[in-house]
Amino acid sequence: MKIKRRDFLKGAAGSLALLSLDVDSSQARTVQALPPDAVGILYDSTLCVGCNACMPACKRANNMQPDFTGDQEVWDNPQDLSSDTLNIIKKFSNGTGEEKDSETDGYAFIKRQCLHCIDPSCVTACPVSALIKDESTGIVSYNKDACIGCRYCQVACPYNIPKFEWDSPYPEIVKCQLCSHLVEKGGISACCSACPTGASLFGKVSDLIIETRRRLQMKSGKVYDFPVSSLNSGKFHQYKAAKYVHHVYGREELGGTQVMYMSAIKYEKFGLPAFPKESFVSMASGIQYAIYKGMVYPLVVLAGLVFMVKKNKNTEEAENDQKRTDSEGGVS
Amino acid sequence: MSKAKPLGGRIFTPTFMICLMITGFFIYFAAKRFIFGIGSIANLNDGFPWGIWIAYDVVVGSAFACGGYVMALMVYVLNKGEFHPLVRPALLASMFGYTLAGVSVFLDIGRYLNAYNLYLPWQMNFHSVMFEVAMCIGTYIFVLWLEFSPAFVEKWQLKNFGKILNRVVFALIALGVLLPTMHQSSLGTMMLMAGFKLDPLWHTSSLPLLFLLTALFMGFAMVIFEGTISSRVYDLGDETSMFSKISSIMTWILGFYLVIRFQNIFMRGEMGHAFSGSFLGNMFLLENLLLLIGLFILSSASNRSNPRALFIAAVAILLGGSLFRFNTYIIGFDPGTGWKYFPSVGEQVITYGLIAMEIAAYTLFVKIFPVFEVHKPVESNP
Ligand code: SF4
Ligand code: SF4
Repeated sequence: MKIKRRDFLKGAAGSLALLSLDVDSSQARTVQALPPDAVGILYDSTLCVGCNACMPACKRANNMQPDFTGDQEVWDNPQDLSSDTLNIIKKFSNGTGEEKDSETDGYAFIKRQCLHCIDPSCVTACPVSALIKDESTGIVSYNKDACIGCRYCQVACPYNIPKFEWDSPYPEIVKCQLCSHLVEKGGISACCSACPTGASLFGKVSDLIIETRRRLQMKSGKVYDFPVSSLNSGKFHQYKAAKYVHHVYGREELGGTQVMYMSAIKYEKFGLPAFPKESFVSMASGIQYAIYKGMVYPLVVLAGLVFMVKKNKNTEEAENDQKRTDSEGGVS
Repeated sequence: MSKAKPLGGRIFTPTFMICLMITGFFIYFAAKRFIFGIGSIANLNDGFPWGIWIAYDVVVGSAFACGGYVMALMVYVLNKGEFHPLVRPALLASMFGYTLAGVSVFLDIGRYLNAYNLYLPWQMNFHSVMFEVAMCIGTYIFVLWLEFSPAFVEKWQLKNFGKILNRVVFALIALGVLLPTMHQSSLGTMMLMAGFKLDPLWHTSSLPLLFLLTALFMGFAMVIFEGTISSRVYDLGDETSMFSKISSIMTWILGFYLVIRFQNIFMRGEMGHAFSGSFLGNMFLLENLLLLIGLFILSSASNRSNPRALFIAAVAILLGGSLFRFNTYIIGFDPGTGWKYFPSVGEQVITYGLIAMEIAAYTLFVKIFPVFEVHKPVESNP
């Protein structure tokens, strides 16, 4: 008996040690890979003129309400992503703000929306699989019929994308779903259809990556063809290539994303954090997975506990009975 | 079976009435939340999706409710039968603590009617820490009521139910030890996903272990805290000898925790940050200072047998442990882009309401069900 208890305690100590270990997540869990037919968007900040055409197009395609700011209630002018706004063009500006794509005394635009991560934190976080990543398109979509509204996805998303309808009695999580309803029918996302310059470009992620390489090799100042709306739309515009930062945001950040950014100014200027290659997901769910995989550890511990409780409870009852007979004996 | 007896006495005491009044305010705000949405009563926002309902009611509240867990662990797993009289009161407090944490979750989650999805196998996400915590806490609430149910059996003489219960009680107690071990550590794992949003003073892969250890010593501290108050209020007689034994076990766990906590900060090179004088650095220091005060008081044997010192130490430890959990869930959390959060009046009233209900229900139950064993020498028994 004694030995058995020690063994059990050893097992318990072992799982405790596991709790505190830096689990090598690459072993504990396979990191998601990019689906072969994944679609996405390449947003090229240097081509964006800030016309905001993509924003009303997004609202129309997704039946979203206008978002009013200030006293007016006439036009949609959101300040940030919200439960009414899935997509927004934001502006960086510095000093006099005169020169486009310049970090000093200049300005530049950035499109914010769900990046459709290759290894999405929100999907790992959601307890009821209300957020799922499509196996072929890779689009991260939301199912309001499963969602319990716990908001763990909001805590987990490194880009602060999912928004919650705080003022609704039965709120939903709101985020860009890459117009999956249009993509399903062979279409492209509304923002890319609406974009007049080709700054927002729809396409297969693998092709978009090739396009980013082409752009990174361009000589700044020389004129090139830039596709509009989608890579295979057959429409092109000619522009002088900008002086790109040699980094495509979303290519590797936290395992990579299907919506990628190119820009001529540093990404920190847009408030986009510099992230490591490995996602935070792997850390948490690696630990979780190592301990609870197949529920083996918990069941072993449970069996040990039942055994010990049973033994202790029996001796306790035996002692009690003993005492009871003793005291009864004493009284009579 | 047990020697516990209902305490009897007046139910509508002033304390009870005040608790009912606060519960009234709670009902008002809860109704408002269900009609107009969470935003109508709370300052929660898209940057701080979790506020005090999660950080206090669930994360801190469930640690306060770990008394039942640690006492079951001591008595039934480590075979320290001498603490038996403390088990049932601790279980009762845990039962209400967890049940009301469940109520709080129900108010907090937006789409409460969809909660059944947690139980649909094809919806379950085994990678999700939230899933594990939700399942464990949900099941544990149920287990706690069953663990406590011998009191109902004794009160209402439920012979048949009692027989069934006796047959499965081992499994219940074992589950009652396993489940908190799982979800209390997972409450730590939960915030690992916050990634860079959580300050490095709290974001460490040791969070699961740190959360489990805080649950243990806060559970013990709560047994001392509640026990001291109950034995005063209900005149239960002297329980100091039991408390001093518990406190020496607690001291070991607390010491172990502090060693790990500081070693972890040191190894990750965050000592400078901790002592930088910044707001977060100071919160870190405060949290650990409170724990050190508790440790310091309890390190002397004479303090451990002094009811007043024991009580003060328990309070310091409860505050320190709570602050650690608050820091991890709210204060050390910064999503960036200028989001701020401070709990609104409505949010606070919901939390106060839950605490009030807990106290009211506890005082009611100890009077009508056999919970406490009275150790006072019974006056002349001819
Ligand atoms: S950006 Fe956020 S919401 Fe979008 S897929 Fe990634 S984790 Fe999910
Ligand atoms: S709020 Fe909904 S979608 Fe987000 S994690 Fe919770 S259940 Fe999933």
